[in-house]
Amino acid sequence: MFVTCHQSTNYYKTFVSIFKCLHQIPIRFVTSTTTTHFGFDEVPENEKQTRVNEVFSSVAKRYDVMNDLMSLGIHRVWKDYFIGIIKPNASWNYIDVAGGTGDIAFRYLNYIDRNFRQTPTPTPTLTPTPPPTDLSSTPEINISSTPTHSYMADSRTESLICPTSNCVVVDINSNMLNIGRQRAQENNLASRIQWIEGNAESLPFQNEQFDLYTIAFGIRNCTHYDNVVKEAYRVLKKGGRFLCLEFSQINNPLLRYAYDQYSVTFIPPLGQIIAGDWKSYQYLIESIRQFPSQEEFSSVIRSCGFRFVSYKNLSFGIAAIHSGYKL
Amino acid sequence: MDRLYSSHIPTSFLQKSLLAVGSGIMSISDPSRDDMISVFGETTGSLALKYIQQKMILDPEGEQILRDRPIINSSTVDLEQLKMLPAGTLGKEYSNFLSKYTLTPDARRPVNFIDDRDLAYIMRRYREIHDLTHVTLGMPINMLGEVTVKWFEGIQYGLPMCVLAAFFGPLRLGPKHTAKYLNITLPWIVRSARQSRLLMNIYFEKNWHKPITQFRHELNLKEPPPKV
Repeated sequence: MFVTCHQSTNYYKTFVSIFKCLHQIPIRFVTSTTTTHFGFDEVPENEKQTRVNEVFSSVAKRYDVMNDLMSLGIHRVWKDYFIGIIKPNASWNYIDVAGGTGDIAFRYLNYIDRNFRQTPTPTPTLTPTPPPTDLSSTPEINISSTPTHSYMADSRTESLICPTSNCVVVDINSNMLNIGRQRAQENNLASRIQWIEGNAESLPFQNEQFDLYTIAFGIRNCTHYDNVVKEAYRVLKKGGRFLCLEFSQINNPLLRYAYDQYSVTFIPPLGQIIAGDWKSYQYLIESIRQFPSQEEFSSVIRSCGFRFVSYKNLSFGIAAIHSGYKL
Repeated sequence: MDRLYSSHIPTSFLQKSLLAVGSGIMSISDPSRDDMISVFGETTGSLALKYIQQKMILDPEGEQILRDRPIINSSTVDLEQLKMLPAGTLGKEYSNFLSKYTLTPDARRPVNFIDDRDLAYIMRRYREIHDLTHVTLGMPINMLGEVTVKWFEGIQYGLPMCVLAAFFGPLRLGPKHTAKYLNITLPWIVRSARQSRLLMNIYFEKNWHKPITQFRHELNLKEPPPKV
């Protein structure tokens, strides 16, 4: 098949980057690397977060429309299926990280409404766990003084907190959170969600606060996805479940070729037309290719302490759901 | 394809076609998306830009511009100095125009989708002299004024974006403006565009001090019709 110079350069770059990625995985656990991937670019680590933030500030308003167009609506099916796998329970403490505009959180609450047939209570039902005494860095926290559901914390300077709702959404980007809050208002779910601005690699919550942790289409944007998994392990209670929905690798070479062609040809121009931003969607397709494969990611999850780690492919591997338990 | 200039985004023919169609539709359905007009101009303008390039090479002043590649923005043009010029000069008129409509020469979008350095510069130059074209023609920035300038640019440069805007823009004019447009403005602008020098060949930056009536005379441009 005839491949143009531009495309073969891309494949070569992909190959080199994947090799580099594979090579770095064992190293990353031992030493911290100074550069990381931003799509196909190598950037200093502290820069990736800023650049990702810029991407999401720019695309926030058109984020949902773009998702519908790029995946031809299939992302809705993926997310519905994801919730079906989770089987939410009304008594759980739930956190959705990189939850931005609230897609997963809303589906979670709607599932509970459908299956537990009770009028949703605006006040949280959880009893706050006392702060652990072995963590000398966390001071005593008086739960009654914790602000209400619209609390926004700066994760680096605030001390670790307990959630005030049994559905918490964390995102690093305030524009995305604002869109989410707006949508929650429109769907009458505003009182049941606590929105927190925070970093997935350093969550503002105390240990063992949650029964369920999800991260959907967010982890590949984080600078160190292994730190994200470690944080997930920390904030989950014993018996808690970690679930990740993310773009992954297609095994079938023919399908992979078709998918690559579709991505490169259609997605950035669509981003330019709908969102006025070519570069952010170029970043999107590159970051998908940089993310580790299903097996590699599974072994990273296992190495963070999770047990019974498994994954399910969606749409031939375009997306995958990874699951692990803290036991 | 490699990046040829700092704002360059290399695209394949298929991607350019998608952009052209998509931006065309978006420009009409959402007029606030001025970036879509830019994208449409870039993806449909390659033939016209080559035509302009030919014309510029043949004209001594145009060739000078292609060599010097002057840029018009707030750091290359001393707006304070222009304000000091006597009334009626090109520079003073330009300065008045910018302050009257609170415009800045920095507002032009960068060129992204043109895969040739020289043509990308020509597109950039076209965007940067748009306000000066308004001043030279004596046109305000209301709908009628914009349509008039687009007619002028469409005839002189042949850019599809200008031609389409010139054809479809007048559909949105009110009755008073439509009457003026059909009876006075349109005949005048078509004649002016055909008999005047190509404005892309004019080194505006060297003519700030010139009285505007003399400037127009040198370009073989007739004075604009009086306001309604």
